[in-house]
Amino acid sequence: MPRLGDVCRHIRSKNAGPFWVTIDLFFDGPQSYLAWRDDPAIGATAIAELYGADAALVRRYAVDSLNVVKLSLPRRQPQGGVLERDMHSGQQYIPLLQVELGRVA
Amino acid sequence: MTDDRGDACRVLVPTGALGSGVRTDELDAGMRLSPHAIALDAGSTDSGPAALATGRSKYSRAAVKRDLTPLMAARASAAIPLLVGSCGTSGCDAAVDWTLEIVQEIAAEQGAAPRIAVLYAEQDKAVIRAKSQAGAVRSLAPERPLEDATIEACNHIVALLGPEPYIAALEAGADIVLAGRTTDTAVLAAVPLMRGAPAGPAWHAAKIAECGGLCTVNPSWPGVMMSVDAGGFVIAPLAASNRCTPDTVSAHMLYENSDPFRLVEPGGVLDVTDARYEALDDRAVRVTGSRWTPGPYTMKLEGAGGGPFQTVMLVGIEDPAVLADVDAFVARMWRALSGRVRRALGEATAERIDISLRPYGWNAVSGLAPAPGSAPPREIGLMFVATAPTQSLATEAAKVCNPTFFHLPVSDGRELPSYAFPFSPAEIERGQVFEFHLNHVVETSSPFELVRTRWVGAPAGSRIDA
Repeated sequence: MPRLGDVCRHIRSKNAGPFWVTIDLFFDGPQSYLAWRDDPAIGATAIAELYGADAALVRRYAVDSLNVVKLSLPRRQPQGGVLERDMHSGQQYIPLLQVELGRVA
Repeated sequence: MTDDRGDACRVLVPTGALGSGVRTDELDAGMRLSPHAIALDAGSTDSGPAALATGRSKYSRAAVKRDLTPLMAARASAAIPLLVGSCGTSGCDAAVDWTLEIVQEIAAEQGAAPRIAVLYAEQDKAVIRAKSQAGAVRSLAPERPLEDATIEACNHIVALLGPEPYIAALEAGADIVLAGRTTDTAVLAAVPLMRGAPAGPAWHAAKIAECGGLCTVNPSWPGVMMSVDAGGFVIAPLAASNRCTPDTVSAHMLYENSDPFRLVEPGGVLDVTDARYEALDDRAVRVTGSRWTPGPYTMKLEGAGGGPFQTVMLVGIEDPAVLADVDAFVARMWRALSGRVRRALGEATAERIDISLRPYGWNAVSGLAPAPGSAPPREIGLMFVATAPTQSLATEAAKVCNPTFFHLPVSDGRELPSYAFPFSPAEIERGQVFEFHLNHVVETSSPFELVRTRWVGAPAGSRIDA
């Protein structure tokens, strides 16, 4: 089964205001998008677990016209502050590259 | 309807952020299309809490002046308004006044006397406390309670303006509107809304244009033109060599937005779920189907303040013995440094100091454990961060840690190594840590309740305050 990084042409993460991070998964075409869009590995529960967030707050959007799945979740800490390591959340997508798709839940 | 020059309202957006660079060749090309206004955003929370906590601009005075000079000249020669939102990055009062002073300097140099409306968005803490007590302030997700201490912890609090104060200023005769914190979209949507454009396309066009060239194929060309008409809007780059495509335009709804379909603004919600993006030609995109649903008038609040202080050191390490087990070395180093701080400064003082080690080249970015069996890096840059209630105490901690940080061997009993400091002195006083405190919206009785307008070079009948 593929990893998410294999079926996307681009994955990015970015701060969306001081309290949220948003992740855009640009699938490499409609075939991959339709095949994996609803995979539990990129569902709210799995994403919440991966990022230590509250699953009830994870938002997931399917943008059919762009073959994109968008995931938005609260940051572990607000942007800035003593513990900050990634001010713009620009590297927060990295753990997703290795996420395995198609595993039976 | 198509982009008919006759009925569309054109807003020239010269760049995504004032101070990030305006290209005069682009500006000239855009001005030949007879825009009704030049509008741009000058601020954001994107770079972190420092700008709002300090009131200082992210961009330098020289960079802001460099951008404003051609914009003010173009505005004057075409006799169209110039609107700048979120002045000085944070849009607090000091940042607006800083921008006003630059504008006045340029006006004097250009021999011009524009009528300037200054819109202030900074809020008195007592006003926010009163609003909170009246139940008019609510937290956005993730929920954060609004206590008096939270309000007190802010150096500055701003409320994000909608388009109405801009429209009022323009209708009163403003040539230039300099505003405090404003939603990125409101400053661009103001003129189309004033001229009667439908709200859906006006707000959606503004959302697409707010980062300038980021909605184009080549964002290194920063300028775009948004043309809003009765049936939709057209977005096109200013540079003849640049292009917008349906994908670059629609994808911009993803950027830095937690929701790609709905955008809550003062007085309503933009919904682009059913928007259609079509290539008008090889460089312009027409968008239809954008919807606006009016709602209660709410303004988002932003607040930031200062926390403790930090002093940092950095060493480079290529020693294979260290790199063979970076995690063990970092743990050993942290224990050695903590012990050193306790012995040198005493337990009570040591408790007020946090020592953090971040091995760049290994796992400093995420702070998470690398996968088991990860190959050793070729080198690491080990960053030391001391955080303390005062700068002097943070630096004191760095100074007492310096010999250990410089010379700690991988195990006891070895000869002392020396790692690679790049700087002398080794420690750098990084300054204060700043923090965002507010994630709230406030309900207002009108779009003007929390806004103060001041005129500089006033039109007849207005209060003169220059």
